[in-house]
Amino acid sequence: MATGLHDSSFTNPVVRWIDQRMPVFTMMQKEYGTFPTPRNFNYFWNFGALAMINLMIMIATGIFLAMNYTAHTSMAFDSVERIMRDVNYGWLIRYVHMNGASMFFIVVLVHVWRGMFYGSYKKPRELLWILGVVIFLLMMATAFMGYVLPWGQMSFWGATVITNLFSAIPLVGNSIVTLLWGGFSVDNPTLNRFFSLHYLLPFVITGVVFLHVAALHITGSNNPLGIEPKGPQDTLPFHPYYTIKDSVGIVVYLIVFAFLVFFTPNYLGHPDNYIPANPLSTPAHIVPEWYFLPFYAVLRAVPNKLGGVLMMFGAIAVLFVLPWLDRSPVRSMRFRPIAKWAFLLWTVNFFVLMWAGGKPAEGLYVVISRLSTAYYFAYFLVILPLLGKIERPLPLPESISRAVLRGGGPLPGGAAAKPMEKA
Amino acid sequence: MAETLAPSTAPELGQTQGGGEHGPDQGTKRDFLKLVAGSFAAVGVGAIVWPFIHSMNPAKDVLALASTDVPLGHIAEGQAVTVMWRGKPVFVRHRTGAEITEAKAVPLAELRDPQPDGARVQREPWLVVLGVCTHLGCVPLGQKPTDARGDFGGWFCPCHGSHYDTSGRIRRGPAPSNLVVPDYAFTSDTQIRVG
Repeated sequence: MATGLHDSSFTNPVVRWIDQRMPVFTMMQKEYGTFPTPRNFNYFWNFGALAMINLMIMIATGIFLAMNYTAHTSMAFDSVERIMRDVNYGWLIRYVHMNGASMFFIVVLVHVWRGMFYGSYKKPRELLWILGVVIFLLMMATAFMGYVLPWGQMSFWGATVITNLFSAIPLVGNSIVTLLWGGFSVDNPTLNRFFSLHYLLPFVITGVVFLHVAALHITGSNNPLGIEPKGPQDTLPFHPYYTIKDSVGIVVYLIVFAFLVFFTPNYLGHPDNYIPANPLSTPAHIVPEWYFLPFYAVLRAVPNKLGGVLMMFGAIAVLFVLPWLDRSPVRSMRFRPIAKWAFLLWTVNFFVLMWAGGKPAEGLYVVISRLSTAYYFAYFLVILPLLGKIERPLPLPESISRAVLRGGGPLPGGAAAKPMEKA
Repeated sequence: MAETLAPSTAPELGQTQGGGEHGPDQGTKRDFLKLVAGSFAAVGVGAIVWPFIHSMNPAKDVLALASTDVPLGHIAEGQAVTVMWRGKPVFVRHRTGAEITEAKAVPLAELRDPQPDGARVQREPWLVVLGVCTHLGCVPLGQKPTDARGDFGGWFCPCHGSHYDTSGRIRRGPAPSNLVVPDYAFTSDTQIRVG
């Protein structure tokens, strides 16, 4: 072995030659081949891989759409229609991109829900969780700007409303909005910069995803029991066990995705966005894309402009500090008899917010939005901190392998304190 | 736990690679599964890659512009016009009698890309060629009366010095072949359709 070369374990001469000089094969083998992964994953653990696939699909379709898109107010709408009618398979690529955005949010919301239910945000995975919230924020910014590009009525008025959120900032608000617009209304400069940023941000997301995965591979994955693996008997090599399990999930995911694309491609969109943007006439009922509705409901629940904007951003910001709000040492909600129900109620409440966000801001809808908003925050700021003190968790299983291999389910009380088994 | 594993199906610990370590009697089945799954994946990938590649081919609106009508009535003898067809210049020259005679008189043996003049025109006065040098795609000079037309009275490409004659044939310089005659047809005595 020559000095300076990596000590490669690969025998294929070409692979070995590369691996000695740049050990990417060794790295892939370590991180995705033999990587010890808790043996008790359920299908909720597919959603990280699905999100990764979805990101790649969005970038691939986006690059090809950009080849035919024109970022100019007088041509953007027509160029999108040209993609739909004239470009070979343009309809397919655009519908995949459009519905891909929805699929991305479905997948990521489930992924986040998984993290919240099984306590994946808790020590030592706080930074991993924070990077995930950063990705979520970047996704929302990217999705919003992408929705503006077709320059339909919803594009234009969505852009107007969302950028105007910043006008709520005291003193400098209006200057900031003018800066965002590059003018005195949403117009061509706005469209151009949104296109530029919409193309840029997915690559920023890719970078943060890399950090997210790098952090994951330091702490290792959480699992449905929320207890750490204590040795090799608790883990499986990532390949082939979880490459196969992820593949099963990918097939199901692609079936759902294909159903949306081929049978109901516009179901999740809004028909008004097929009307070209008209700066002189706002549609009667403007709603954001479905994945923004819960936050939109929070915005409208507050009868004060600045307050509403702060609460809406706060609904995301609170996720950043979730690892320190939840004081319970037990990760998985399976062993938290009270928190489990509080969280499931929070989940239902999230859908209530989503529903309310799509309704007019009047009458009973406002009342419901307010109650839901109150519970959304109360869960994080009151219930979780309190339960950390008063809740008595169920006994944890001794180890993953015990719970998984010997009849399943939590073992009787007292087992939690037993020392680790040796492999 | 929903996905409890029976001990008998638990994997051997410490075994890092799947593949051929499951005993010879199971080898065939696994190979079959791998082959079938791999084939399906390959077909699926191919089926989704093709739309992406094909989206870069000319779109329907581009193909719809693939023919151009050129009225000839206003082109006097000795004049030439340049029209756009598929984003490229097409030279339409109304040749003089002298130019036609010159083009027909050239012995084919002298030509790099031997073609009789008669094979390059439909009606003798009208020469229709793509205005794209066959060397590296520049537009040759020679359409305006003030242009240099090269040593053979046709066109001269200023990029690398190719000379074309009054039939658009390459006579000197680096270009390998004659100026291309596009598909065209006389739709009347005074109009052609290119493409």
